[in-house]
Amino acid sequence: MLFEFFIAVNQKGIWMKSDPGLYGYLPWDQRPEIRWPNGARIAVWVAPNIEFYELDPPINPQRKPWPRPHPDVVGYATRDYGNRVGHMRMMRLLDQFGIRGSVSLSTAMLTHHPEIIDLVLERDWELFSHGIYNTRYSYGLSEDQEREMIANAMQRIADYSGQHCDGYLAPALSHSEHTIDLFAEAGGTYTCDLFHDDQPTPVRTRSGRRFVSVPYSLELNDTIVYVVNKIEPRRYGDMIIRAFDRLYAEGERSGTVMCIPLHAYQVGHPHRLAALQRALEHVCSHDQVWLATGREIAHYYLKHYHDQAVATMARIAEEVA
Amino acid sequence: MSLDDKFLRYDKLKPGMDHDRYDWSMLEQRPALNWPDDKPLALWINVSIEHFPLNPKGLGFKAPGNMTMPYPDLRHYSLRDYGNRVGIFRILEALERFDLTASFAINGEVARRYPYLVRRLAGRGEILAHGWNMDSVHAAGVDESTERQWINDTLAALADFCSDPIRGWLGPARSQSNRTPELLAEAGIHWCADWVNDELPYRFRTDHGPLTHLPLSLELEDRFVIGDNLHSETEYGDQLIDAADFLLAEAQALGHGRLLTMNLHPWVIGQPHRIGQLERVFAHLADRRSEMVNLGPSGLLAAVESS
Repeated sequence: MLFEFFIAVNQKGIWMKSDPGLYGYLPWDQRPEIRWPNGARIAVWVAPNIEFYELDPPINPQRKPWPRPHPDVVGYATRDYGNRVGHMRMMRLLDQFGIRGSVSLSTAMLTHHPEIIDLVLERDWELFSHGIYNTRYSYGLSEDQEREMIANAMQRIADYSGQHCDGYLAPALSHSEHTIDLFAEAGGTYTCDLFHDDQPTPVRTRSGRRFVSVPYSLELNDTIVYVVNKIEPRRYGDMIIRAFDRLYAEGERSGTVMCIPLHAYQVGHPHRLAALQRALEHVCSHDQVWLATGREIAHYYLKHYHDQAVATMARIAEEVA
Repeated sequence: MSLDDKFLRYDKLKPGMDHDRYDWSMLEQRPALNWPDDKPLALWINVSIEHFPLNPKGLGFKAPGNMTMPYPDLRHYSLRDYGNRVGIFRILEALERFDLTASFAINGEVARRYPYLVRRLAGRGEILAHGWNMDSVHAAGVDESTERQWINDTLAALADFCSDPIRGWLGPARSQSNRTPELLAEAGIHWCADWVNDELPYRFRTDHGPLTHLPLSLELEDRFVIGDNLHSETEYGDQLIDAADFLLAEAQALGHGRLLTMNLHPWVIGQPHRIGQLERVFAHLADRRSEMVNLGPSGLLAAVESS
């Protein structure tokens, strides 16, 4: 059970929950001992976002797609640069380290620019869903509409690549109360939408399916780093190195996860790639690192540690009652 | 049209303050303060343990760190919750490693949600009340009954974990309405750390008796330096080290005890790329133990009383 004192508040005619109800409390000092394959201490995964932003999307009442009047030339072109210039650079960099990306995919890309996805599939990278377009938000969709959008995106991935879509990062991190329930019901395995932990954790969904959160990252997400937090490129490299060093050290007790979420339109610039390269060199110079994809981490955790974590959470939750 | 004549009337123009809450006093003109064992510098570390609801009503105003995206803002909800699941344990380890003590300012709702955590913290340092949650900001426009309920609920939720009554308060967002000091004093609170106008404790008046105010630097707070000012984690560490060295030198030069305060947020400094900088600061402070005394708020107040 989760917390039974959820408070629903009626705000602007919508009932809102105080707690998303997706996970229970699992304190860092009470974790099952996780060992990644080959005794690795840390699972490192790199998640290139391959996105399409529309020039003239319909306006969602809850979030404007562009800050300027349409066409927002600079906003649109900044993102299109990633597709025209950035991805190939980023792929060559990841190739140097033998890192297979886990692609957070605006599935409209399969139609707009399949050339990029062909390069991804040649490299045996994972595709997971990031919605249809990154300018179509989940806010305000009915449950049926969101179910249809989620299924549509998963089907596009299966049709183009033959891959089952295991993971979901909701488009532009926009959610409804049902987003994760709906994705689990559609056959998904893991969500990247929660930032509560440095290990995978079980996620409770209404269907009761076994489903997990795989740590993605806001703090190490290049777009948050460059656009929101105004961090310099070399400092971004330092942050990745510092996070890695800490999680590598702590992984001796119980295996940790570090994700490096990337966007070719941010990190793919010539003044930013060297710092990322330096950080990846540091990560890859360590031997107890599992370079994995999101799906591999989710499946390994589900198989070996999910049930133990559920039991630990239940024991700790008994104190609430 | 011109402004009303009141814009040219100066009713509170008099020596001292423009209110009656406390007396005017300059730090350097006060009698010398001596810390225990005649140490020139005292150190108070406080860790704020917070819960940000997914559905903030924003009464008064929204406390910093709150939800900003359309509902449900899972990214900020879960990133704040990270502090209570992961970040706090990194801080506790760092405190232990450098043999330092801290107090813990805890939202009442955290005690209801995470009793395991509050039990652990109660065994490690003094507990003070941090309001009900990060959506219960005491500010003008909030009903008196609502404010009173938040205070009482908070003290009741935390009381289960403390053997002694809770006497200290740090408001969410350090905010107060004009009546908050009275309500706190009425509820048995003896001291409060919301005002950031001094570096030593001072007397503050309420209709229900005195409420001592303790300094707890905002300008050196992790959330403020890193979150609001967007300074790097390295800079944050440098600023604390510079402050410690400056205060120590000033205390030695003037013969007046000085106090360094640190307010930490596990959801900020507990991140894996940041915690090393807190450890660097702790190492610097631990090296100065012969000149520094590490006190909790009660110890601090007792030292000031007896000085």
